[in-house]
Amino acid sequence: MSARTQVFLWIGQRASAAVLALCVLVHLCTIVYAVRGGLSAAEILARTQGNVAWLAFYTVFVFAVAVHVPIGLRAILSEWVGWRDGSRDLALWVFGAVLAVMGIRAVFGVFG
Amino acid sequence: MTTLKVRIWRGTESGDFQDFEVPREESQTVLDVVTYVQRHLDPSLAYRFACRVGMCGSCAMTVNGQSRWTCRTHVSKVAEDGRLEIAPLHNLPVIRDLVTDMSEFFDKWAKAHGQFTGTRTRYEDFESISPASAERQQVDAAIECIGCGVCYSACDVVSWNPDYAGPAALNRAWTLVNDVRDAATLERLRAVAGDAGAHACHTHMSCTDRCPKQISPTAGIAGLKRAIAKAALKGEL
Repeated sequence: MSARTQVFLWIGQRASAAVLALCVLVHLCTIVYAVRGGLSAAEILARTQGNVAWLAFYTVFVFAVAVHVPIGLRAILSEWVGWRDGSRDLALWVFGAVLAVMGIRAVFGVFG
Repeated sequence: MTTLKVRIWRGTESGDFQDFEVPREESQTVLDVVTYVQRHLDPSLAYRFACRVGMCGSCAMTVNGQSRWTCRTHVSKVAEDGRLEIAPLHNLPVIRDLVTDMSEFFDKWAKAHGQFTGTRTRYEDFESISPASAERQQVDAAIECIGCGVCYSACDVVSWNPDYAGPAALNRAWTLVNDVRDAATLERLRAVAGDAGAHACHTHMSCTDRCPKQISPTAGIAGLKRAIAKAALKGEL
C-alpha cells in the first residue's frame, strides 16, 4: 500500500472519528431519554419505523463505524500482532464490509 | 564516606547487571559515576561520551528505567535510596555494555529527507529570515536537537514498529518543512508520510516528556500530519 493511501486512511479515520463523536453523543442522549419509564421493543420501533431522520442518522453512524474500526484495527494488528502484509488489509476490507452490511441490515430492520 | 550502589549492564543484547560501589560526591552526575567505575573499578566497561556539557548527545543511557542524558543528570535527582541502575538506551542494538549502535537512528534521519536542499549558490546573497516569522518560530522550537536518541529510546511506537522513523528524524523533517529557503518540502512530506512516518505516531508524548532539550517532537509530528494531509487533499502527495 502506498504512503499516499496510508495518509488517506489516516484522514478517513480522523474524519470518521469526528462524525462518531457527534453520533455517540446523540445516541447516548437518546438512550437516556428512551429508558425513562422502562424500555420495550414496541417503544423503540414506534420511534424508528418509517422515520427517515433516524434512518439517515443511523446509516451515517454505521458507515462511520465501518470506516473507523478497520483502520484502528490495522494499527493494532501491525503493532501488537506483527501482521503487516497485504493479507491484513484484505481481511480488514472484508471486516469493514461485514460491519457495514450487518449495520445497515439492522438499521433497515428497525425502519421497515 | 557514603557510597552509591550501582548496577551496570554488561554484555550485548544478552548479558547481566554487575554491581559496583561508587563514592558519593557533591554535584555528581550519572556520567561521573560511570566514569569512576571505568577508571577505578573495571577498565573494560564500554560507554560513550564526548563533551560532558550537554552539547554532543553522546552519553544517553537508561537510568533507573528512564532514558536520560547522563552528563547533565545529577545523581541526587535520580538515585532511589542511594541506588542507580544504568543500562543502554532502548530500541537500539547494543554493541557492548552501555554503547548502542546508532546507525539505524541516523539512517532514519536521512530517509526522512533530513538534509537541507537549498537553491542559492555561494555567489548569491544570504536570504533574510525574520526571527518573528511564524515559520522561523516553529524552527526555533525544534532546532536545538542534539541527536542523543533519548526520544527514540523512550518511544513506544519505535518498539512496536521497527520501520517507524522515530521522533528525532521527524522533528528534523519538521524544522526543514518550516525552513522557507528549502526547496524539497514535497519530497520530504512524501518521505515522512504513512505507516513508517508521522502517521504512525500515537501521541503518547514520551519523546516530549523525556527530551533533555525540552523540544516537543510530538508537536512537530502533529504539524507534519497537518501539512501532509493538506498536500494529499490538494493532490500533491
